[in-house]
Amino acid sequence: MMDIFNILISESFWAASLRISTPLIFGVLGALLCEKSGVLNLGIEGIFVAGAMSGWLAVWLGAGLLGGVMVAALTGALFGLIHAILTIPLGLSQHVSGLGVTLFATSISYFIYRTALPNVTSPPRIEPFRPIDLPIISDLPFFGPVFGQQTAMTWLALLMVLVVWYVLYRTPLGTAIQAVGDNPNSVDAQGLSVYALRVGAVVAGSSLMALGGAFLTMSAFDAFFFGMVNGRGWICIALVIFASWRPGKALLGALLFGAFDALQVRLQTEVGSFVPGQVFLMAPYLLSIVALIVAARRADYPRALLVPWFKGER
Amino acid sequence: MSAKNVLSLLSLSKRFGTTLANDQVTLDLKRGEILALLGENGAGKTTLMNMLFGHYLPDEGSILISNAEDKMVPLTPGHPQAALAAGIGMVHQHFTLAENLTALENITLGSEPLWALGTNKVKVREKIEKIIKRSGLKVDLNVAVGRLSVGEKQRVEILKALYRDAKILVLDEPTAVLTPQEADLLFKNIQAMTLDGLSVIFISHKLREVLEFSHRIVVLRNGKKVGEILTCDADEKIIANMMVGEDAKVLKRTKLKVGQSLLSLSAITLKGNSLRNSLSDISLVVHEHEVLGVAGVSGNGQSVLAELISGLSFPNLGEIKIGSNRIDKPSPMAMISAGIGRIPEDRHRDGIVGSMTVAENAILESLNDPRVQRFGFLRQEAMTDYAEKLCEAYDVRGPGVRFPARLLSGGNIQKLILARVFEKLPSLILANQPTRGLDLGAASDVERRLLDARNRGAGVILISEDLDEILRLSDRIMVMYSGELKEVSSRNREEIGMLMAGKNK
Ligand SMILES: Nc1ncnc2c1ncn2[C@@H]1O[C@H](COP(=O)(O)OP(=O)(O)OP(=O)(O)O)[C@@H](O)[C@H]1O
Ligand SMILES: [Mg+2]
Repeated sequence: MMDIFNILISESFWAASLRISTPLIFGVLGALLCEKSGVLNLGIEGIFVAGAMSGWLAVWLGAGLLGGVMVAALTGALFGLIHAILTIPLGLSQHVSGLGVTLFATSISYFIYRTALPNVTSPPRIEPFRPIDLPIISDLPFFGPVFGQQTAMTWLALLMVLVVWYVLYRTPLGTAIQAVGDNPNSVDAQGLSVYALRVGAVVAGSSLMALGGAFLTMSAFDAFFFGMVNGRGWICIALVIFASWRPGKALLGALLFGAFDALQVRLQTEVGSFVPGQVFLMAPYLLSIVALIVAARRADYPRALLVPWFKGER
Repeated sequence: MSAKNVLSLLSLSKRFGTTLANDQVTLDLKRGEILALLGENGAGKTTLMNMLFGHYLPDEGSILISNAEDKMVPLTPGHPQAALAAGIGMVHQHFTLAENLTALENITLGSEPLWALGTNKVKVREKIEKIIKRSGLKVDLNVAVGRLSVGEKQRVEILKALYRDAKILVLDEPTAVLTPQEADLLFKNIQAMTLDGLSVIFISHKLREVLEFSHRIVVLRNGKKVGEILTCDADEKIIANMMVGEDAKVLKRTKLKVGQSLLSLSAITLKGNSLRNSLSDISLVVHEHEVLGVAGVSGNGQSVLAELISGLSFPNLGEIKIGSNRIDKPSPMAMISAGIGRIPEDRHRDGIVGSMTVAENAILESLNDPRVQRFGFLRQEAMTDYAEKLCEAYDVRGPGVRFPARLLSGGNIQKLILARVFEKLPSLILANQPTRGLDLGAASDVERRLLDARNRGAGVILISEDLDEILRLSDRIMVMYSGELKEVSSRNREEIGMLMAGKNK
């Protein structure tokens, strides 16, 4: 018990939690934006991979870190557009299209990686984002080490929480996105385009997802390797439900999951000799299932989620 | 009245599959005029207005609308945006509201540039409040629309159109869910606004308001324009004749001796999430051979009362008895198997599953009926047959029973639900606003069927805002106000009206 307590008050634990949460924050925000407009985007897992690969590749080819982030965002937007076209004007099943995008984005990313680097055995490295030393914050006790070790991408993720919240709840655009996710007819009757709003939300949301992937190769690690996304996208889909489609709660959910994950790694090294390591690996997922069961009962999901809408039909 | 046209529809036609919903309809609207569009359920009224507003693309014909220089210019078809820009405001027959947003957000939706960084809520609120004052349509602007009553939602819809400064206002059955007082107030305000140049087209099944407030009447039948008459030359008989080609029948309620009690609620208190969703210490009994009318302005607890009787809500205090059995754990299943048939208020939400076929919807509450099911499998052919007979008997018109139920016109959806309920010969019928949105013929048909059910021994709880309907059908009358239910012995319109408004003399 003492061990857990010591871990929980250690600075490195919280720094790690925040780091582990970062890709989830991007992903959950992206998924939330798509779903708020009424479109489930199961392409998320593949878009993570595509973002991770394309961002990394751009940096490796010399585009610079900022360039890498942009390329990743654009890649995400592109896959988002594919999903959007299939599900919004064409009205295909959002599940099928999303899973298709995941398969497609994953395999084409691996394919491009292999074609670009046919003869490497160990993945080539890039110079990733460095932690930012913020003047006053770094000197604070506890907060200093926790926040002082984060890279620009973590700060961007936190900023995006605010941006998404502000857009959704404080601007006309956000009102329209919420409306189209609840009842597309409301938007249509007010002369706005249901298609444009939904496509826009899905494209923007997918860019955010890709940034989550890019964080992995450009901030957490310094290389791209197969299987590195490892289900993070699916976790985000669950976290959106946990968050009841609210950006603030989404941040909380991502942080919680990050903390479980960080705790799991530490416990494994502390008591790993008695308990098989897999139990700890499983723990964050188990806990997220429990959290879902508790939270999802009250979730007020967008009423038009998964329901296709066609102009001129009733 | 100036005789200038502001709008002309030129031989508009629209076909859906095999249904010709509109057939070469031509129509003019003058500045400051109030035009009433009448017709049976499924006659094509909504379709015509949807083409005007740009929801549907006409197959044929064109629309001319006057511009700022008073010249008639063609309106881009198929674009609500263009219609809104040309000054057309439309209140749809079915709500087009985002329930997760507040009334204020619903009203302003789409009226501001999407890319604005924020909204000036203070200014917007002032403008809306001014409109509310002018039009008398009171709503709480800060509550999520999903929690408003149907009547309040309707007010939000009308405010939406007024907020956009419409110069042509299209109202598709705007008063179907309003109380008579509210409806009168609405029309009085609309009349006042026509003096400033507003032109109005409204669709209604209520002849009283048509005769009182319109200037001209146009009648559609089977998609064709079959008549046009100045309101000053018309009366109920003439219009009914134009609409259906025959005179309306008059109902007669004979006195019957009541039988045993079917349902009794005693001292029920239910605390909901707001006042409108609460019941305080109400009691009622319904007997065999009896229609109990519950009059009241919607939003005074009727929906919880209905939920309670359908087994969807649980009382905090009090006792529910069906026959002589006490119900401890109310549930929809318990209520349905006790023989309660219900006609829900919000028929789109609670009544049908729009994406399922008409036939599937028709059997939705009798899935165990051997007529449609064998060994747990649905018998498609039998089901279709059954549904076809049902639609025939209850005059449900539409594209056919194999098509999704959402394609039916508003009134026909209502008839389908009624058919489903009546067909099961329920011992108790809970009818929540059963004739809302029905045309004359269909409404009197429903009233007749409710009385027939009563005559064969069923009990009926009729919840309605239409006082005339309550007076016509009920053996006993109770008034609901602010979660309380009081029995009234008088049959005086004025007196009951006062109680409905919460005024105790
Ligand atoms: N989008 C659509 N697809 C298929 N059929 C349709 C569609 N819209 C309307 N119809 C059909 O066209 C006919 C006219 O419908 P409409 O809604 O215009 O009637 P209405 O006069 O408004 O009736 P009500 O008084 O019941 O509202 C109906 O038979 C309806 O089933
Ligand atoms: Mg209609």
